[in-house]
Amino acid sequence: MKFIKALSCATVLAGCVFSGASAADMTVGFSQIGSESGWRAAETTVTKQEAEKRGIDLKFADAQQKQENQIKALRSFIAQGVDAIFVAPVVATGWDEVLGEAKDANIPVILLDRTVDADKSLYMTAVTSDLVHEGNVAGKWLVDTTAGKPCNVVELQGTTGSSPAIDRKKGFEEALKGHDNLKIVRSQTGDFTRTKGKEVMESFLKAENGGKNICALYAHNDDMAVGAIQAIKEAGLKPGTDILVVSIDAVPDIFQAMAAGEANATVELTPNMAGPAFDALAAFKKDGKEPPKWIQTESKLYTQADEPQKVYEAKKGLGY
Amino acid sequence: MQPDPDTILSANRIDKVFPGAKALSNVDFSLRRGEVHALLGENGAGKSTLVKCLTGAYHRDGGTILLEGAEIDPRDTLDAQRLGIGTVYQEVNLLPNLSVAENLFLGRQPRRFGLIDTAAVNRQARALLAEYELDIDVTDGLDSFSVAIQQVIAIARAVDVSGKVLILDEPTASLDAHEVAMLFRVVRRLKARGLGIIFITHFLEQVYEITDRVTILRNGQLVGTRETASLERRELIAMMLGRELAAEVHDEAGTAKTADGPVRFQFRDFGRKGRVNPFNLDVKAGEVIGIAGLLGSGRTETAEVMFGARRADSGTATIDGKAADLSSPRAAIRHKFGFCPEDRKTDGIIGDLSVRENIALALQARRGWARPIPRAEQDRLAAEYIKALDIRTTDAEKPIRLLSGGNQQKAILARWLATNPEFLILDEPTRGIDVGAHAEIIRLIETLCEKGMSLIVISSEIEELVVYSHRVIVLRDHEHVAELTGAEITTESIVNTIAGPAKTPSKSAAAAGEIA
Amino acid sequence: MSMIGLYGKRLLPQFIALAIILGLVSIAFPGFFNLQIQNGRLYGSLIDILNRGAPVALLAIGMTVVIATKGIDLSVGAVMAICGAVAASAITSGYSLPATLLITVGVGVLCGLWNGILVAVLDIQPIIATLVLMVAGRGIAQMVTNGAILTFNDEGLIFIGSGSLFGLPMPVVIWITAGILVALLVRRTALGMLIEAVGVNRRASTLAGVSTPVLLIAAYVLSGLCASVAGIIAAADIRGADANNAGLWLELDAILAVVIGGTSLLGGRFSVAASLLGAMIIQSINTGILLSGFPPEFNLIIKAAIIVFILVLQSPKLQGTLAFFSRSNAAPKPAESKAK
Repeated sequence: MKFIKALSCATVLAGCVFSGASAADMTVGFSQIGSESGWRAAETTVTKQEAEKRGIDLKFADAQQKQENQIKALRSFIAQGVDAIFVAPVVATGWDEVLGEAKDANIPVILLDRTVDADKSLYMTAVTSDLVHEGNVAGKWLVDTTAGKPCNVVELQGTTGSSPAIDRKKGFEEALKGHDNLKIVRSQTGDFTRTKGKEVMESFLKAENGGKNICALYAHNDDMAVGAIQAIKEAGLKPGTDILVVSIDAVPDIFQAMAAGEANATVELTPNMAGPAFDALAAFKKDGKEPPKWIQTESKLYTQADEPQKVYEAKKGLGY
Repeated sequence: MQPDPDTILSANRIDKVFPGAKALSNVDFSLRRGEVHALLGENGAGKSTLVKCLTGAYHRDGGTILLEGAEIDPRDTLDAQRLGIGTVYQEVNLLPNLSVAENLFLGRQPRRFGLIDTAAVNRQARALLAEYELDIDVTDGLDSFSVAIQQVIAIARAVDVSGKVLILDEPTASLDAHEVAMLFRVVRRLKARGLGIIFITHFLEQVYEITDRVTILRNGQLVGTRETASLERRELIAMMLGRELAAEVHDEAGTAKTADGPVRFQFRDFGRKGRVNPFNLDVKAGEVIGIAGLLGSGRTETAEVMFGARRADSGTATIDGKAADLSSPRAAIRHKFGFCPEDRKTDGIIGDLSVRENIALALQARRGWARPIPRAEQDRLAAEYIKALDIRTTDAEKPIRLLSGGNQQKAILARWLATNPEFLILDEPTRGIDVGAHAEIIRLIETLCEKGMSLIVISSEIEELVVYSHRVIVLRDHEHVAELTGAEITTESIVNTIAGPAKTPSKSAAAAGEIA
Repeated sequence: MSMIGLYGKRLLPQFIALAIILGLVSIAFPGFFNLQIQNGRLYGSLIDILNRGAPVALLAIGMTVVIATKGIDLSVGAVMAICGAVAASAITSGYSLPATLLITVGVGVLCGLWNGILVAVLDIQPIIATLVLMVAGRGIAQMVTNGAILTFNDEGLIFIGSGSLFGLPMPVVIWITAGILVALLVRRTALGMLIEAVGVNRRASTLAGVSTPVLLIAAYVLSGLCASVAGIIAAADIRGADANNAGLWLELDAILAVVIGGTSLLGGRFSVAASLLGAMIIQSINTGILLSGFPPEFNLIIKAAIIVFILVLQSPKLQGTLAFFSRSNAAPKPAESKAK
């Protein structure tokens, strides 16, 4: 059934507008990019959950990775006269006109997860994570864990040139500054994928004396870490003990690895961008309090001490 | 050649050699001012090769070209255009998405301050077309006009650019009678202006209607140049199809050949719409049936429906009294049919594969992929046929495309002989091959039929048909119009039958009436 | 001349290119040729090349045959994604391993059949026909996995991606076996010759009685089959089906492998072994770059430069020039033409 629904959605490019819970005092339109990653799917699920929790009527539109679909969806929301619009913009540019239309119609717009190159007055606020901060949290964990012991770190970067790769690298390096015991000896791109993460880790292990020279792995996302963990195991080493593993995103699979003692820490990129957005919106509707232009989500650190199996069970159902 | 002050273009002793074939040898051609001169010949006779030598598309291997008495040597078609020789092809080679005016002046637009002066372009285009009595909106896209109008526009451009000699390569092939009439009005006007016009066509009526002289080529050689008015239609066909040797060959042929085997292959009402009208044909074992007719008369189409290359949409075929399915080449091959197509390059050879593989192909295809012919057996087959047919190749592993035309033809014949066919169709088996190979193939046809094989041979070489045919079927306008047997098989009678009764009003004759 | 000698000559340029690249990598990374036995299997960078090159090698097998027919199959990367997704969802919904493999390979065959029918029966240009599945395929894979990475823990399926047999990783055993099987299939039967005939001149082949539609469909089915096995390996390797990334752009690597292997994109003569060497050349470059420790920004530039170099070396024009120079240096031999 779900299959058929997905199929019919795929045929109607711009469409797929169906509402969540009914009977609410507020209607919010949400234009989502698509479902290109597990995290994105989880964001959609959590957004719907958060709306339901608050009794908000959520009108959801899947843009299938196309800006024109998002613009169409936004115009349709404006025409329907929703109380607010959430949008996870697929690209940064080309939003001025449609955001202007929303402003003229007095509908507040909140950006989720990504920002746009447009005048700040055109939207109410942006709820995003701080990518540099995420890298920083991961780096700090490694600094604390190694506690001054010398440690060679290998780094699996995200797709070369992408902003998460640049920022997560930057934040990590900032945290390591002044701790000369920590040295990044190898750094390569793993394209954010498991396959490449595994392949690149294999070459790191070969290049660094079968892995004996490596004390820690920092991966820009959990998927690459999961691939790398397999490579470490196949090389006859114990991930999590012989080589420390820290990564970012906090997808369910990494918690499984943590539960098995094969990964040590992950920094959460929360899929709950909508929760803070709904709160800001409610405050605004209640007493007209304008939120700040940027709401930073929490970059929470999870370690093996945080009952990873439980977290895994909780996250499993979110559609990651 | 005596210098003739009226001659605008003359080509003397032109030679052109392609690998393995001499396309033109020693051809003379001259064109006068104010003349429409037809260039005639069957496919492969060398018409287009001659034209391409004149326009610089090919570089000739020998001979001289004089334009207005001065020797020229066009490097390419653009060069020829600058010198004064323009060409218009059957498929108009203009740009359909541009306007008429843009097409007329493309690459030489009048400019103002370095920019194209569109107003001037359109004004000049209108003026130019007015000379052709063509009153159309020159700003419209070229593709919004009919092919005939596009032809005239192409002519207008060619004449405006070149202005001395105009070559029309089958311009009427896709026009209706009315459009032909319009085109001819334009041609007459240009003729009156003193242009020399070379006119290539397959429609003999049009030759008589518009041309002053004809030059006939056959097998890359000049047959003759004649005044159209004093040339009888019958003689024209004879010149195109060859007759000089008729007398000798005729004697040699021993007139009354008959095959006395049982009828094995019967075609009843066999045909395909628009290709060849339904025909009846009985073929005996050991019989050679010659098929004669002009290009486009339905001779190749007859072969194609019999072999299933094009599925017949009417009639039935029986073999030894049993109904036979001939709906595809594979089906026909199952009934021991074989077919050497007319166009060796596109339909016959597998260029990059070796001579051995080309010979083994049809047999292998019949056996199926799972039963490969062992390599030793393939080598034996190849060696056997290379020897038997005297295929000249350094070895059997040479890619077939490197062989000469005649040897390619023999390899394709070998491909079918290896399958032991009982019914073999040869479409122009001797076209474009040298004289030695020519004689060998004729001998081979005779040997095969002595062995009891039934053969259908299509050829535009009439003397050749006379030599080996037991019966000759003559085609005209997609119709089997006559069957000649025994003593009736002479070059004379075949030519007469092809020419047919000349009084049927043809479409261009009707068009001529319209003009008058 | 013996058959081995003949094949050796055909594969010589590929062997030379591979040797040069391996030599270069070993300069940049001295431990490159080290091999040791670990956990009962060979372990080392050379094994990594064989192992990581498995998907492209498998795709190249099918792609070679398709290209020999004058076609091209752009859909193989997407078919990998579909088949990985199908395998993962079948095994997680409780099918046995044999059933899972059968279903997955069946889906691959269906994909090939679809391409083949578009090309052979409807006469659509191969590049367009297979583009359809290339674009749609990833969407289909995402629907199967619901957009997430579908993980599994079935030891049997995982074994295909990371187990080992005879001391070699399973993917290596699989692609070498597949290569040998296909090479035998095309060369021990008449398939190879008939495919080449169709690739060189489809019309003439049909007139000679070759059943061209069947051959064309078979070529695309083989390609789909190879892609499905590659898809299973890719998924088994990471214990999960990643619909977004599995096989992404690998169709281009497979085409490149075939081209490096010297099979013309215009169809005709082909060599499966040469394409497999081509796949190993590409993987050697990839692994070499990773081992060399250059910053990742240079990865693509280095790869492109090496490939351009190889292709230039193989260009007929350059070979003609080289032959000319070596001939003018040596004393003119009258037997030159005969030696050819």
